[in-house]
Amino acid sequence: MNRFVAKSIVIGVISFWMIVSASASYAEDTVVFENAEFNHQCFKCHGQKTYHYFNEASGKVVKDRMNPYFVMDSIAFYQSNHKSFMCTDCHSSDYENFPHNGELRMEQKFNCMDCHGGDDTYAQYQFERIEEEFQASVHSTKHSDEFTCWMCHNPHSYKINARNNDNINNVIVYDNNICLSCHANLDKYQLISDLTNPNVLITHEWLPNQALHFSKVRCIECHTEIDKEMLIAHKVQVKEKAVRRCVECHSQNSLLMATLYKFETAEKRNKLGFFNATILSDHYIIGANRNYYLNIASLIIFGFVLLGITIHAIIRIMTK
Amino acid sequence: MEQKLYLYPVWLRIWHWANAVLFLLLLFTGLSLQYSSVEFSFIDFDLAVTMHNVSGIVITIAYFMFLFGNRFSSNGRFYKAKRKGYILDLMVQIKYYIYGIFVHQKTPFPVTENRKFNPLQKLSYVASMYFLLPILILSGFALIFPEMIIKNVFGVSGIHITGLVHITTGFALSVFLFIHVYFCTIGKTPLSNFKSMINGWH
Repeated sequence: MNRFVAKSIVIGVISFWMIVSASASYAEDTVVFENAEFNHQCFKCHGQKTYHYFNEASGKVVKDRMNPYFVMDSIAFYQSNHKSFMCTDCHSSDYENFPHNGELRMEQKFNCMDCHGGDDTYAQYQFERIEEEFQASVHSTKHSDEFTCWMCHNPHSYKINARNNDNINNVIVYDNNICLSCHANLDKYQLISDLTNPNVLITHEWLPNQALHFSKVRCIECHTEIDKEMLIAHKVQVKEKAVRRCVECHSQNSLLMATLYKFETAEKRNKLGFFNATILSDHYIIGANRNYYLNIASLIIFGFVLLGITIHAIIRIMTK
Repeated sequence: MEQKLYLYPVWLRIWHWANAVLFLLLLFTGLSLQYSSVEFSFIDFDLAVTMHNVSGIVITIAYFMFLFGNRFSSNGRFYKAKRKGYILDLMVQIKYYIYGIFVHQKTPFPVTENRKFNPLQKLSYVASMYFLLPILILSGFALIFPEMIIKNVFGVSGIHITGLVHITTGFALSVFLFIHVYFCTIGKTPLSNFKSMINGWH
């Protein structure tokens, strides 16, 4: 076989492999949303910072700015839990007409429980218990009815996170950003409160290694009442009841195993003898990640040292 | 009467006792952190963290004082080992500790003006002061400033590896501490070596 033929075969095989891989990944990645075409009528304007409309009075096409609070991120929407929805599943079908009727702004918004409550399809998510916990939480008891699920869970972008995410760091960032969307954003915070927005950096000044704690655990780990039956605790407590004792996490029975790490598989636990081993791939918590075998080995070594010293001392005394 | 030797200058004694107290503090607070529990804690976790960090910083300063003293005084020469015949000397010393001492043999390497340590002491002191303690200090500072640590090493958290190195080295040095204290009772009287480290005279 001459060199040209050999080269051609190699290049041919590589090209074939690349084409097959590319088409396979295209097939896997491409998801068609059945309502995308319909929703595009809305995203045409509400997915952009500017929109066009025909002004009958002037007889001209006008380009105008979209109210930034009404701009929706279509990519985030099609990655969210509600990605298969039509916009008019939740909003009035009268929005199909433009200009929109001004009175439509007064439409009653759905709450989570309007769709998810009392439905066996969603029983595993325990929406009724979540509702109970939320009603007992400081978010509900200290604020008006304006504080709804939507304050934290944006219906246009919220997606189930902790259960589906392999990277615990991404889970922490996503969940903490939900809290910070109010607690680090005065505009949104004052929608429901006249209080001055507390600065979380100052209120947590007592916390050692603050930056590390903020990036490695979620706010809800310390600020909610843990219920082992719940997937995600929703009973946010008054600040006086927040976890402040280091040993609640920094111990063998770390509460983090009932919260942040509860979705990790049980098989991962005690890997190589480490207590709470599931934490170890990304993190290390003093007091929570002791190693059973190292504990035993250190006790044996220490025992032998003390025994050796004792025997040596006894023989010294006896042969004095 | 045997002539007394002035082997422990003031700076060395101050460093030694400061190092001893700080090491014990680090040992107790370190154990308290490692075995912290909701039901019982030896020292409150946050207090133990502060005490451990402060003691760690002070023991580092003391360690630099030790290095400086050894570099610019004659004390440093006691830590230099001769290469030729060292293993043989070491074996002789070990044999003395496991047999000769019980049959009242004379110590094979008696303390002189130019030989403060026997071969086994020299090995353990060099290993502790120039190998284990620097590792303990470096890993300790890395844990005080964890943002400096490499995040992930072959799928394992860098902080976890650093923590393991710190704890294992600390354990090795605490074992050394017990052996060191026991061997200090092997003197003219059980307390004579301790007195030497107080008044400077051997």
